[in-house]
Amino acid sequence: MTLSVLFFVLIGAISLAAAVGVVSSNHPVHSALFLLAHFGTLAILYITLEAQFLAAIQVIIYAGGIVILILFVIMLIGSEKIVNQAEHRTWTPYVGFALGIVLLGGLAISLLQGFTGVEPNAALLQGGSPQAVGLELFTRYILPFELAAVLLLVALLGALLLARRPKLKIEEQ
Amino acid sequence: MIPTSYYLLLGAIIFIIGALGVLTRRSALIIFMCVEMMLNSVNLTLIALSRQWGNLNGQIFVFMIMAVAAAEVAVGLAIVISHNRHTNTTNIDEINLLKW
Repeated sequence: MTLSVLFFVLIGAISLAAAVGVVSSNHPVHSALFLLAHFGTLAILYITLEAQFLAAIQVIIYAGGIVILILFVIMLIGSEKIVNQAEHRTWTPYVGFALGIVLLGGLAISLLQGFTGVEPNAALLQGGSPQAVGLELFTRYILPFELAAVLLLVALLGALLLARRPKLKIEEQ
Repeated sequence: MIPTSYYLLLGAIIFIIGALGVLTRRSALIIFMCVEMMLNSVNLTLIALSRQWGNLNGQIFVFMIMAVAAAEVAVGLAIVISHNRHTNTTNIDEINLLKW
Protein backbone atom coordinates (compact mmCIF):
# COMPACT_ATOMS: atom_id res chain seq x y z
CA MET A 1 0.00 0.00 0.00
CA THR A 2 1.62 3.19 -1.10
CA LEU A 3 1.53 6.40 0.88
CA SER A 4 -1.07 8.05 -1.36
CA VAL A 5 -3.48 5.13 -1.00
CA LEU A 6 -2.95 5.19 2.76
CA PHE A 7 -3.78 8.90 2.76
CA PHE A 8 -6.92 8.24 0.71
CA VAL A 9 -8.05 5.50 3.09
CA LEU A 10 -7.53 7.77 6.09
CA ILE A 11 -9.45 10.70 4.59
CA GLY A 12 -12.14 8.40 3.22
CA ALA A 13 -12.62 6.81 6.65
CA ILE A 14 -13.05 10.24 8.28
CA SER A 15 -15.48 11.20 5.53
CA LEU A 16 -17.55 8.06 6.02
CA ALA A 17 -17.56 8.44 9.79
CA ALA A 18 -18.79 12.03 9.44
CA ALA A 19 -21.48 10.89 7.00
CA VAL A 20 -22.70 8.27 9.46
CA GLY A 21 -22.65 10.95 12.16
CA VAL A 22 -24.90 13.21 10.08
CA VAL A 23 -27.47 10.45 9.68
CA SER A 24 -27.36 9.02 13.18
CA SER A 25 -27.07 11.98 15.56
CA ASN A 26 -30.28 13.01 17.24
CA HIS A 27 -29.61 16.68 17.48
CA PRO A 28 -29.71 18.78 14.27
CA VAL A 29 -26.78 20.93 15.47
CA HIS A 30 -24.55 17.87 15.80
CA SER A 31 -25.63 16.77 12.34
CA ALA A 32 -24.68 20.16 10.92
CA LEU A 33 -21.22 20.02 12.51
CA PHE A 34 -20.66 16.49 11.21
CA LEU A 35 -21.73 17.77 7.79
CA LEU A 36 -19.05 20.48 8.04
CA ALA A 37 -16.39 17.82 8.72
CA HIS A 38 -17.70 15.76 5.81
CA PHE A 39 -17.45 18.69 3.38
CA GLY A 40 -13.93 19.42 4.61
CA THR A 41 -12.72 15.90 3.90
CA LEU A 42 -14.37 16.01 0.48
CA ALA A 43 -12.43 19.20 -0.30
CA ILE A 44 -9.19 17.35 0.52
CA LEU A 45 -10.23 14.51 -1.78
CA TYR A 46 -10.89 17.03 -4.58
CA ILE A 47 -7.31 18.29 -4.23
CA THR A 48 -5.99 14.73 -4.65
CA LEU A 49 -8.11 14.56 -7.84
CA GLU A 50 -6.40 17.67 -9.27
CA ALA A 51 -9.50 19.82 -8.87
CA GLN A 52 -7.98 22.64 -6.84
CA PHE A 53 -10.51 25.25 -7.94
CA LEU A 54 -13.45 23.06 -6.96
CA ALA A 55 -11.82 22.26 -3.62
CA ALA A 56 -11.69 25.97 -2.83
CA ILE A 57 -15.29 26.42 -4.04
CA GLN A 58 -16.36 23.46 -1.91
CA VAL A 59 -14.98 25.09 1.21
CA ILE A 60 -16.40 28.53 0.36
CA ILE A 61 -19.90 27.52 -0.79
CA TYR A 62 -20.66 24.39 1.21
CA ALA A 63 -18.68 24.86 4.40
CA GLY A 64 -18.86 28.64 4.44
CA GLY A 65 -22.33 29.17 3.01
CA ILE A 66 -24.67 26.22 3.17
CA VAL A 67 -23.69 24.83 6.58
CA ILE A 68 -23.76 28.31 8.11
CA LEU A 69 -27.22 28.86 6.61
CA ILE A 70 -28.44 25.56 8.07
CA LEU A 71 -26.98 26.47 11.48
CA PHE A 72 -28.71 29.87 11.33
CA VAL A 73 -32.03 28.21 10.59
CA ILE A 74 -31.54 25.71 13.43
CA MET A 75 -30.92 28.60 15.80
CA LEU A 76 -33.88 30.57 14.42
CA ILE A 77 -36.51 27.90 14.75
CA GLY A 78 -35.01 26.12 17.73
CA SER A 79 -33.87 22.56 17.45
CA GLU A 80 -36.16 19.90 18.73
CA LYS A 81 -35.26 16.29 19.17
CA ILE A 82 -37.33 14.25 16.76
CA VAL A 83 -37.41 10.49 17.18
CA ASN A 84 -36.99 8.42 14.08
CA GLN A 85 -40.38 6.81 14.30
CA ALA A 86 -43.79 8.26 13.76
CA GLU A 87 -46.26 7.07 16.36
CA HIS A 88 -48.94 6.12 13.91
CA ARG A 89 -46.60 4.49 11.39
CA THR A 90 -43.97 2.43 13.18
CA TRP A 91 -43.00 0.55 10.03
CA THR A 92 -41.34 3.49 8.26
CA PRO A 93 -37.75 2.87 9.49
CA TYR A 94 -37.91 -0.76 8.37
CA VAL A 95 -39.11 0.24 4.93
CA GLY A 96 -36.32 2.81 4.82
CA PHE A 97 -33.68 0.23 5.68
CA ALA A 98 -35.13 -2.26 3.19
CA LEU A 99 -35.04 0.35 0.41
CA GLY A 100 -31.46 1.24 1.40
CA ILE A 101 -30.40 -2.39 1.11
CA VAL A 102 -32.09 -2.64 -2.29
CA LEU A 103 -30.17 0.47 -3.39
CA LEU A 104 -26.93 -1.01 -2.03
CA GLY A 105 -27.53 -4.23 -3.95
CA GLY A 106 -28.31 -2.39 -7.16
CA LEU A 107 -25.22 -0.23 -6.91
CA ALA A 108 -23.01 -3.20 -6.01
CA ILE A 109 -24.27 -5.19 -9.00
CA SER A 110 -23.82 -2.30 -11.43
CA LEU A 111 -20.34 -1.48 -10.08
CA LEU A 112 -19.09 -5.08 -9.97
CA GLN A 113 -20.34 -5.89 -13.48
CA GLY A 114 -18.15 -3.25 -15.04
CA PHE A 115 -15.14 -4.01 -12.87
CA THR A 116 -12.64 -6.18 -14.66
CA GLY A 117 -9.88 -6.13 -12.06
CA VAL A 118 -7.51 -3.99 -14.07
CA GLU A 119 -8.42 -0.46 -14.80
CA PRO A 120 -6.83 1.85 -17.35
CA ASN A 121 -4.46 4.43 -15.99
CA ALA A 122 -6.06 7.76 -15.27
CA ALA A 123 -5.17 10.50 -17.69
CA LEU A 124 -2.82 13.12 -16.35
CA LEU A 125 -5.20 16.02 -16.04
CA GLN A 126 -3.39 19.27 -15.47
CA GLY A 127 -6.57 21.27 -15.55
CA GLY A 128 -8.17 21.76 -12.17
CA SER A 129 -6.67 25.20 -11.79
CA PRO A 130 -8.96 28.25 -11.73
CA GLN A 131 -7.50 29.37 -15.04
CA ALA A 132 -8.38 26.19 -16.90
CA VAL A 133 -11.86 25.88 -15.39
CA GLY A 134 -12.58 29.56 -15.96
CA LEU A 135 -11.46 29.40 -19.57
CA GLU A 136 -13.81 26.49 -20.22
CA LEU A 137 -16.63 28.12 -18.27
CA PHE A 138 -16.47 31.43 -20.11
CA THR A 139 -16.10 30.06 -23.61
CA ARG A 140 -17.87 26.79 -24.16
CA TYR A 141 -20.24 26.86 -21.20
CA ILE A 142 -21.12 30.54 -21.17
CA LEU A 143 -24.88 29.93 -21.60
CA PRO A 144 -25.24 27.56 -18.60
CA PHE A 145 -23.14 29.99 -16.60
CA GLU A 146 -25.52 32.85 -17.35
CA LEU A 147 -28.51 30.61 -16.63
CA ALA A 148 -26.97 29.77 -13.24
CA ALA A 149 -26.84 33.49 -12.50
CA VAL A 150 -30.56 33.83 -13.33
CA LEU A 151 -31.34 30.75 -11.23
CA LEU A 152 -29.55 32.18 -8.22
CA LEU A 153 -31.43 35.47 -8.58
CA VAL A 154 -34.78 33.67 -8.77
CA ALA A 155 -33.87 31.52 -5.76
CA LEU A 156 -32.89 34.63 -3.81
CA LEU A 157 -36.23 36.30 -4.52
CA GLY A 158 -38.14 33.11 -3.81
CA ALA A 159 -36.42 32.58 -0.48
CA LEU A 160 -37.07 36.20 0.49
CA LEU A 161 -40.74 35.90 -0.44
CA LEU A 162 -41.24 32.60 1.38
CA ALA A 163 -39.40 33.40 4.59
CA ARG A 164 -40.86 36.88 5.02
CA ARG A 165 -43.40 37.34 7.77
CA PRO A 166 -46.95 38.05 6.57
CA LYS A 167 -47.59 41.76 6.14
CA LEU A 168 -50.48 41.75 8.61
CA LYS A 169 -48.36 40.53 11.50
CA ILE A 170 -45.69 43.14 10.89
CA GLU A 171 -48.30 45.90 11.03
CA GLU A 172 -49.75 44.55 14.26
CA GLN A 173 -46.45 44.89 16.10
CA MET B 1 -1.81 7.52 -8.14
CA ILE B 2 -5.00 6.38 -6.42
CA PRO B 3 -7.22 4.24 -8.70
CA THR B 4 -10.45 5.90 -9.81
CA SER B 5 -12.54 2.94 -8.65
CA TYR B 6 -11.72 3.77 -5.02
CA TYR B 7 -13.31 7.16 -5.44
CA LEU B 8 -16.35 5.67 -7.16
CA LEU B 9 -16.76 3.19 -4.31
CA LEU B 10 -16.51 5.92 -1.68
CA GLY B 11 -19.03 8.04 -3.60
CA ALA B 12 -21.45 5.11 -3.83
CA ILE B 13 -21.21 4.39 -0.10
CA ILE B 14 -21.76 8.04 0.84
CA PHE B 15 -24.74 8.17 -1.53
CA ILE B 16 -26.29 5.13 0.15
CA ILE B 17 -25.73 6.58 3.63
CA GLY B 18 -27.42 9.80 2.50
CA ALA B 19 -30.34 7.90 0.95
CA LEU B 20 -30.77 5.87 4.14
CA GLY B 21 -30.86 9.10 6.11
CA VAL B 22 -33.53 10.56 3.83
CA LEU B 23 -35.62 7.41 4.16
CA THR B 24 -35.35 6.88 7.92
CA ARG B 25 -35.02 10.29 9.58
CA ARG B 26 -38.08 12.39 10.38
CA SER B 27 -36.55 15.83 10.92
CA ALA B 28 -36.81 18.08 7.88
CA LEU B 29 -33.45 19.72 8.59
CA ILE B 30 -31.56 16.43 8.84
CA ILE B 31 -33.22 15.23 5.64
CA PHE B 32 -31.91 18.42 4.04
CA MET B 33 -28.38 17.66 5.16
CA CYS B 34 -28.66 14.11 3.83
CA VAL B 35 -29.76 15.43 0.43
CA GLU B 36 -26.71 17.71 0.41
CA MET B 37 -24.54 14.69 1.19
CA MET B 38 -26.02 12.77 -1.74
CA LEU B 39 -25.34 15.71 -4.07
CA ASN B 40 -21.76 15.80 -2.82
CA SER B 41 -21.19 12.11 -3.43
CA VAL B 42 -22.28 12.60 -7.03
CA ASN B 43 -19.86 15.54 -7.24
CA LEU B 44 -17.03 13.29 -6.07
CA THR B 45 -17.91 10.71 -8.72
CA LEU B 46 -18.00 13.37 -11.47
CA ILE B 47 -14.62 14.80 -10.48
CA ALA B 48 -13.03 11.34 -10.28
CA LEU B 49 -14.29 10.45 -13.76
CA SER B 50 -13.21 13.86 -15.03
CA ARG B 51 -9.65 12.97 -14.02
CA GLN B 52 -10.00 9.47 -15.42
CA TRP B 53 -10.79 10.72 -18.92
CA GLY B 54 -8.60 13.82 -18.82
CA ASN B 55 -11.56 16.05 -19.55
CA LEU B 56 -12.75 19.16 -17.75
CA ASN B 57 -16.46 18.75 -18.52
CA GLY B 58 -17.05 16.86 -15.28
CA GLN B 59 -15.68 19.71 -13.23
CA ILE B 60 -17.94 22.20 -15.03
CA PHE B 61 -20.87 19.94 -14.20
CA VAL B 62 -19.87 19.98 -10.54
CA PHE B 63 -19.72 23.77 -10.62
CA MET B 64 -23.30 23.90 -11.94
CA ILE B 65 -24.48 21.33 -9.36
CA MET B 66 -23.03 23.51 -6.61
CA ALA B 67 -24.93 26.55 -7.93
CA VAL B 68 -28.19 24.57 -8.00
CA ALA B 69 -27.51 23.15 -4.53
CA ALA B 70 -27.02 26.63 -3.10
CA ALA B 71 -30.32 27.78 -4.65
CA GLU B 72 -32.09 24.66 -3.42
CA VAL B 73 -30.88 25.14 0.15
CA ALA B 74 -31.97 28.78 0.23
CA VAL B 75 -35.50 28.03 -1.01
CA GLY B 76 -35.87 24.84 1.03
CA LEU B 77 -34.84 26.44 4.29
CA ALA B 78 -37.21 29.33 3.57
CA ILE B 79 -40.03 26.81 3.21
CA VAL B 80 -39.03 25.14 6.49
CA ILE B 81 -38.98 28.50 8.28
CA SER B 82 -42.34 29.63 6.92
CA HIS B 83 -43.95 26.30 7.76
CA ASN B 84 -42.39 26.32 11.21
CA ARG B 85 -43.97 29.70 11.82
CA HIS B 86 -47.45 28.21 11.41
CA THR B 87 -47.10 24.85 13.09
CA ASN B 88 -44.00 25.06 15.31
CA THR B 89 -42.56 21.79 14.11
CA THR B 90 -40.06 20.45 11.60
CA ASN B 91 -41.24 16.88 11.89
CA ILE B 92 -42.18 15.78 8.38
CA ASP B 93 -44.87 13.45 9.72
CA GLU B 94 -46.78 16.44 10.96
CA ILE B 95 -46.33 18.41 7.75
CA ASN B 96 -49.37 16.97 6.03
CA LEU B 97 -51.65 19.88 5.20
CA LEU B 98 -51.54 19.04 1.50
CA LYS B 99 -52.49 15.43 2.18
CA TRP B 100 -55.97 14.36 1.18
